[in-house]
Amino acid sequence: MKNTFARLAATTALALVATAAAAEEKVVVFHFFEYMPQALIDKFTAETGIEIVMDTYDSNEAMLATLKAGGMGTYDVSVPADYMVKIMAGEGMLDEIKDGELANKGNIEPQWLDVAFDAGRKYSIPYQWGSTSFAVNRDVYQGDIATTDILFDSPAELAGKVNMLDTQGEVMAMAAIHMGIEQCSTDRDQLKALNDMLQAAKPNWVSFNSDTAKEVLVSGDAAAGMIWNGFNAKARAEGANTEYAYPKQGYIVWMDNMALLQDAPNRANALKLMDFLLEPENVAILTNWTQYSAGVEGVTPLLDEELRTLPEANPPADAGPGVFIEACDAETQAIYDRIWTALKQ
Amino acid sequence: MAAGAVGGSSASSTYREARGWLLLPAWSVLLFFSLAPVIMMLVYSFLTKEHRGGVIWEFSLAAYDQFFLDRGLFGDEPPRIQWTYIAIFWRSIWQAGAATLMSLAVGFPTAYFIATRPAKARPLWVFLITIPYWVNLLIRTVSMKFLLREQGPLNDFLLWTGAIDSPLQIVNTNLAVQLGLFYSYLPFMVLPIYAAVERYDFALSEAAADLYASKWTTLRRILLPAVKPGVVAGCILVFVPSLGSFLAPDLLGGARNFMIGSLIEEQFKGNAGNWPFGAAASMILLTLVLLLLLAFARQQARAERRS
Amino acid sequence: MARRSDLRAIPGFRALTLLCLFVLYAPLIVVTIYSFNASASITSWEGLSLRWYWDVFTGPESGKFKTAAANSFLIAISAATISTTIATLAATGMIRTGRFRARSLSFGLISLPLMVPEIVTAVATLIFFNAIALERGLLSILIAHVVFCIPFAYLPISARMQGIGPAYEEAALDLYATKRQTFTRILLPLMAPGIVSGYLLAFIVSLDDFIITNFVKGAGVETLPTAIFGAVKRGIQPNIMAISTLLLGLSILLVTLSWLVSKSDTTK
Repeated sequence: MKNTFARLAATTALALVATAAAAEEKVVVFHFFEYMPQALIDKFTAETGIEIVMDTYDSNEAMLATLKAGGMGTYDVSVPADYMVKIMAGEGMLDEIKDGELANKGNIEPQWLDVAFDAGRKYSIPYQWGSTSFAVNRDVYQGDIATTDILFDSPAELAGKVNMLDTQGEVMAMAAIHMGIEQCSTDRDQLKALNDMLQAAKPNWVSFNSDTAKEVLVSGDAAAGMIWNGFNAKARAEGANTEYAYPKQGYIVWMDNMALLQDAPNRANALKLMDFLLEPENVAILTNWTQYSAGVEGVTPLLDEELRTLPEANPPADAGPGVFIEACDAETQAIYDRIWTALKQ
Repeated sequence: MAAGAVGGSSASSTYREARGWLLLPAWSVLLFFSLAPVIMMLVYSFLTKEHRGGVIWEFSLAAYDQFFLDRGLFGDEPPRIQWTYIAIFWRSIWQAGAATLMSLAVGFPTAYFIATRPAKARPLWVFLITIPYWVNLLIRTVSMKFLLREQGPLNDFLLWTGAIDSPLQIVNTNLAVQLGLFYSYLPFMVLPIYAAVERYDFALSEAAADLYASKWTTLRRILLPAVKPGVVAGCILVFVPSLGSFLAPDLLGGARNFMIGSLIEEQFKGNAGNWPFGAAASMILLTLVLLLLLAFARQQARAERRS
Repeated sequence: MARRSDLRAIPGFRALTLLCLFVLYAPLIVVTIYSFNASASITSWEGLSLRWYWDVFTGPESGKFKTAAANSFLIAISAATISTTIATLAATGMIRTGRFRARSLSFGLISLPLMVPEIVTAVATLIFFNAIALERGLLSILIAHVVFCIPFAYLPISARMQGIGPAYEEAALDLYATKRQTFTRILLPLMAPGIVSGYLLAFIVSLDDFIITNFVKGAGVETLPTAIFGAVKRGIQPNIMAISTLLLGLSILLVTLSWLVSKSDTTK
C-alpha cells in the first residue's frame, strides 16, 4: 500500500514537472475579457508559430492589483487604458521599447503617437479606443436619454433597474461629469456634494457588474446600464433593444494600449505580437469584431460598412465633450477610495 | 465526531518510537504553508500601505485605525467610531445568521426524519443529501441564480400556476444571497444533527412517556438537550463558511452590498489595493471565527463532562 | 408503544425532508435539463439535443476547457495522493503512539485549514508565496491544495483508525513481525476503507476549489473551476451547463464508489 502511494506520488510529480517543461514558444497576455477574437489569436499562431496564453481581468484596477501581487515576471504584455499606462509607467512596471524594435511602429496614427500618457510611445502601442457612457432599454424607457440623470437621478421607469460598472475609475469619472466638477477635485464642498449625490443615487442601482455589463442588458436583468460603446453594439446584435447614450454633460473617452511589461519572460515574442497588432489587416479584423475604433493608419478602408454608420461610434453633434479619466495622487485618491467604499458598503 | 475522537484512542501505542517521523510531514507542511501565512498576514496588518497595492516595512496602526475610527471624508476630523466596516461585518453576520436559521429550520426535521428511518435505509438517505454537495460550489451557485432569475424557471412556474401576477425580483437582493448560502451549506447542518439524533436512545423518551410526559415536553426536555451538541455543530459549520463567503454575494447579490469576503478580496484583487487593511479585516474575521469555535469547544467539553 | 412511535414520527418532518431534497436538487435538475436544450439561448427551449456536449469537446472553447480539466485532474490526483499519505502517517502518529503532550496541539494544527475562513487562507497564501518568491503555476496551486486537503483526508482516516482495536497488531507483533511489517501488512489493509474515503474526499475538495486557486494560480494556468468562473461571470451558457452535468455525473460516480467501498467494510 505504501509502495503504491510512493509510486503514485512519483508519477504525478513527474507529470507535473513534464507539463511545466513542455512549454513551446509562447507569449503570455494579460487581457481585458472578451477583447480579442479567436480568429485573430489563431492567425497569429499560424503566422508565427507562437502560442498565445491568455488570462483576463475585468478592470484596470484589478489588473494592476494582480500584477502587483506577484504577477510581474509571469506576463509579457497587458492592455491598460490611458491613465493606467501612466500609473504603471510611474510605478516602473513597464519595459521600454527601444527604437527599431517594432518594425510597424510607423503605422500608428499621428494623433495617437505622442500621447500625454505615453509620450513618444515608449512603452505601449494603441490597441483600441472608444467611449464609456450608458445604454438604455428602449422597451422600458422612451424618454430623453442624452443626460447623465439616467444613472444618477434615474427616471421612475428605470429606478432600481440600473447596472453600474464595478470600476471605481469609471464610476467616479462619470459622477464628476454629471456634477460638472473636475476629476480628482480636492474641493471639500464639491467632494461632499459628490458623496451625497452618489449615496442618493445608489437605491436606483440594481447591481455593480463589469463582466456582465452586456448580459444584464440582453437578459433584461437591468433596463439601463453603464457600458462601453462597442459592447452595446454587441448587445444589440444579441437582440437587446438598447440605445447607447452620448449625454450632453459629457462622457468618458479611453484608449486601451498594449503595453510591454517589465521582466517579460517572452519579450521577443511580445514584440512580435505588438508588430502583428500594428498591421492594418489584423487591426481591421480586431476592430470589426470589437466594434470600437483603431489607432492605426490604413485600417479605415478595410472596415465593415456598418461600422462607419454605427450609432455607437458616431457621437451626435449635440453630445457633450469626451474626457479621459485622470489618475489622482495618493492623498486625493484616499478620499475617493472612502467615497467608493461607503458607496458599496 | 468529538466524542468518538476520545474513545479507544489511548489504548494503542504500537509505534511510539516512530511518532516524530510519522507526524513530521504533517507538522512541517502545515507549519510552513498554513500557520506561517496566517502569521505573515498578522504582520502585514501592522505595516504601512503602499499606494495601489503592496506594503512598506514600517510599523503602522493605520489599517486598524481605518477599520475602527472615522476621521471624516478628508481624514482630518476628530475620530469617531467608524460604522462603515462594522456595518459590513454586521451585514455578513446577519446574512450568515439568516442562512443558518433557514438551514436549521429545514435541516433539523430532515436529519431527524433520516435518523428515525430503519437502520438499513439511513445510509441511502444520507447519500441522497450529500450528493449535491459534491457538485462544484460555483456551479451550484450559478444554477441557483439561473433558477431564480426574473425570466427563470421558478418565476415561469409561479406565473403559470397563477400564484403571482408579475415575476418576483429575487436575484440581486439580500434574500438571494441568503438562499445561496443556505443552499451551499445545508448538508453541513443535516449531517451532525443526524449523527446526534442517531445516537440518541429512544428508550429515554419511552421512560418519559411512561411517566406521562406529553410528546412535546419529552421532545423539549429530553431529546433536545441530548442532541444539542449536534445542532450547535451544524450551526457552526454553516455559519462560519457563510460569514467569509465570497461567491454568493458576488454572483447572487449583484456585488451591491459588500460582505466581509468581498471587502477583503477588493483590497487585494480589486479597486482598493490596500493590503494592510485587507490583512487587518482578515485578522478581525479570523478572531471572530476563533472566538466562536472556542465557545463551541467549551460547550462541547461541558456537555461531555455532564454525560 | 403508541406514544413511542409518536416521538419517532413527528408529523410534517417527512414533508420537510422531501422539501429539503427538492431544494437541493431543483437547481441541478434544471441545469441538467437545460444542458440538453438545442437552443443557443438559455431563455427558450427548442427541443432535445446533444449539441452542447459536442460543443464542450469540439467547440471553440474546448481547448481551454480540456487544458483546464487536465490541470484540475492532475492537481486533484497529486494533492489527494500527497495529502492522504501525510494524513495516514499523521493519523498513525496521533492514534497509535499513546498519549503525548503535543497531541491536542497537533490536532489543532491539522484542523487549522478547516478553521480559517477560505478567503483569509487565499489572501494569506498569496502574500506568503509572494514573500518567499515562489513562482506562480501548477506547483503553487498544488502546494495550496495539499494544505487544505490534509484535514479532509485526516478526518475519515482517523475515524477509521479509532475503530480498529490494537489486538490485530499485537497479535502480529507476538508472532515476531517487525513494526514495519505490522504497519504495512496489518494496519494499512485494515485502514483501506478509511484511506479510500479520505483520498476521495481530498480529491473532490481539490477538484472543487475556486477561491484559493484563483488567488494563487499563475499566468494562463486555469483549473476547471477558474475557467468556469471566467465563463459564468458573463452569464451562464449552455456549454457550461453541459460541463456542469458531466461534473455532476462524475461526482455521483465517485461518491457511489466511496459509498460502496465503505459498505464492503466487514470489520464493523
